[in-house]
Formats: sequence, structure tokens, C-alpha cells
Amino acid sequence: MTAPAADAVAVLVNGASRRLPAGTSVATLVASLGRSPQGLAVAVNLEVVVRSRWEATLLGEGDRVEVLTAAQGG
Amino acid sequence: MLEERGQPGRGPAEDALVIAGERFGSRLILGTGGAASLEALERALRASGAELATVALRRVEASGGGAVTEVLRRAGVRLLPNTAGCYTSRDAVLTARLAREAFDTSWIKLEVIGDDRTLLPDPVELLDAAEKLIADGFTVLPYCGDDPVVARRLEQVGCATVMPLGAPIGSGLGIRNPHAISLIVEQVQVPVILDAGVGTASDAALAMELGCSGVLLASAVTRAHDPERMAEAMRKAVEAGRLAHLAGRIPRRFHARASTADLGLADLSPAGG
Repeated sequence: MTAPAADAVAVLVNGASRRLPAGTSVATLVASLGRSPQGLAVAVNLEVVVRSRWEATLLGEGDRVEVLTAAQGG
Repeated sequence: MLEERGQPGRGPAEDALVIAGERFGSRLILGTGGAASLEALERALRASGAELATVALRRVEASGGGAVTEVLRRAGVRLLPNTAGCYTSRDAVLTARLAREAFDTSWIKLEVIGDDRTLLPDPVELLDAAEKLIADGFTVLPYCGDDPVVARRLEQVGCATVMPLGAPIGSGLGIRNPHAISLIVEQVQVPVILDAGVGTASDAALAMELGCSGVLLASAVTRAHDPERMAEAMRKAVEAGRLAHLAGRIPRRFHARASTADLGLADLSPAGG
């Protein structure tokens, strides 16, 4: 939005800082993780992004992204 | 959903556990936490006979890539996501919604913990989260304390089960307050599943003898010296406890009561004695 470099945004993905090309969608980010999207869930800024919205949801400056899946537990 | 109360004389094969209208042949639910390896977990799952097993939701880097779901699929075990690690209703509700998205199930084992020392459930946050999730269409299986009043409130807001602890998570202390568990069984109509505290097979059998509809355990199996063998022990203990409950135990007596009739007893006293 107000970032000087309009071609990149800084986001936090699972707690790690990443710079992504402006206009990167959740779907593109998930694909860049190099694993099957099956069994994954994504939250952006503490809101669930349902799978059907991954393509249309573009990441913005400062967004906090969580990409989660099953782990042993409980 | 009301669970069908077991009837004496019915075989175990017909004695299904019914949760929210779905039937399970096994009354043992396994948690997947604590296993040394996925291979050990798979062997334990198979030996346990469990048809339902819990998984947690974690960041992809820390989760082993979600491989645990593949283990469950191979073993033919249905996945029950949990909200382990949540301390507030807000966190638990968001985690449940993420789990629904990841695993395509609206069933959730709801855990909201009060502190990291005891891992005891926070009843205020738990009840709040349960209400919100039920309003959002979830089937909620709440991990709760052994307080009959809280259990009743959880049933009233529409939980599919109540899952009181026997003792703190991972403590292996067994059922510290069997009377409280009996009161919960007496007071709620939904299935009561003893969750947490089981250390060995007799604890699981006791839960079933007290009238619980099922037992959920993880550490007792996954951290046992031989998880596969302990899983088999737990399967048998749950079955034995269930059968004993259905059969109806004898009342406790202070003094002995001979099982052999005195009628026809030989007179073996010395002559003239």
C-alpha cells in the first residue's frame, strides 16, 4: 500500500519474514512450499482463508500467514 | 444424540459406541501424541483396534509434513482433530475452523487449557468455545474436568460427548475421583468418554466399569515400553470393563459370603466332639 517498493511485500509466514512479489496469492505461496496442498489450512491475520479463496486472496504488506497441517497430538 | 445403553445379553459386536449418530465398534479412542516414530504409532493403532484417533494442527515445518494423516488412512482410522495448545476460547475456535478446513471434518476434540503446569481445562473458556463452535455447525467433543456440573453445562449447550479427565494429561495417575466420574455418567445422556490420566490397563477397565462409554488415551500407549503390546492391553481392558459394566457387578460386602452351600456338608468332627 504505502511501501515504496511496489513490486514486493514483506510478510510473516509461520513466524519467518519473507519478501514476496506484490500480488502473490495464498495459492502461490502454498505452492512455493513444495508440498501437497491436501491437508493444509491457511490463516491470514487470524482469519481462516478457505481453500476456494486461496487464488483470489492476495497477500499485502505486513500480513501474518499461518500454514498448518496435521501433527501427532492429543 | 443419545447413546444406546448396553443391554445385558447383547454381544459386544452389537454394542456400538454412538457419537452424534455415528457408530463405532471400538470404544477406545487413541491419541497420536508421544509416539517415538510413525511406524510405532501405526503398529499401536492397529493393535488398539481404535476407529478414531486424534491429531493436532501445527505449522507445516514442525509437523513432519502431515504424514500422520497417511498413517491413519493406512490403518483405516478416522481422524479427530484437536485444539491442543489453546488457552483461550478465541484460539480454540480459530484452530477448530482451521482443522475443519484442513481435514474436511466438522468434528473437533475441544481442549482449552488453563495453565501449562497442570494442563487442566479452563471451564469458562471451554464452555464459551463449545457454544460458539456448536453455533458454527461443529460436532464438539470437549475435554473437561471431572466436575459433574460443568459436564452437565457442556451437554446443555449441545456437545456430542463429555470427556472428563481421570487425572492430569500424561500423568498416568489413573482415575483420581471415581465417584465424580460415576456422577457424570449418571447425570448426562451423551456418551461419557474418560480422557487423560490413564496409566495402565486397569485404569481403562475401571473407567468402563464406572459406566463410561469409551476411553481416550495417548501417552499410556505411545510412551509405554512396548506401545504395541500396551495398545492390545488397552483394547482388551476396555472390552473387559464394558462387559463387566453390562454384566452388573456384585455388591460389595464387609464380611465374607460363602459361594458354596452348607447343605449336605459332611460331619467330619471327631466322635463325641
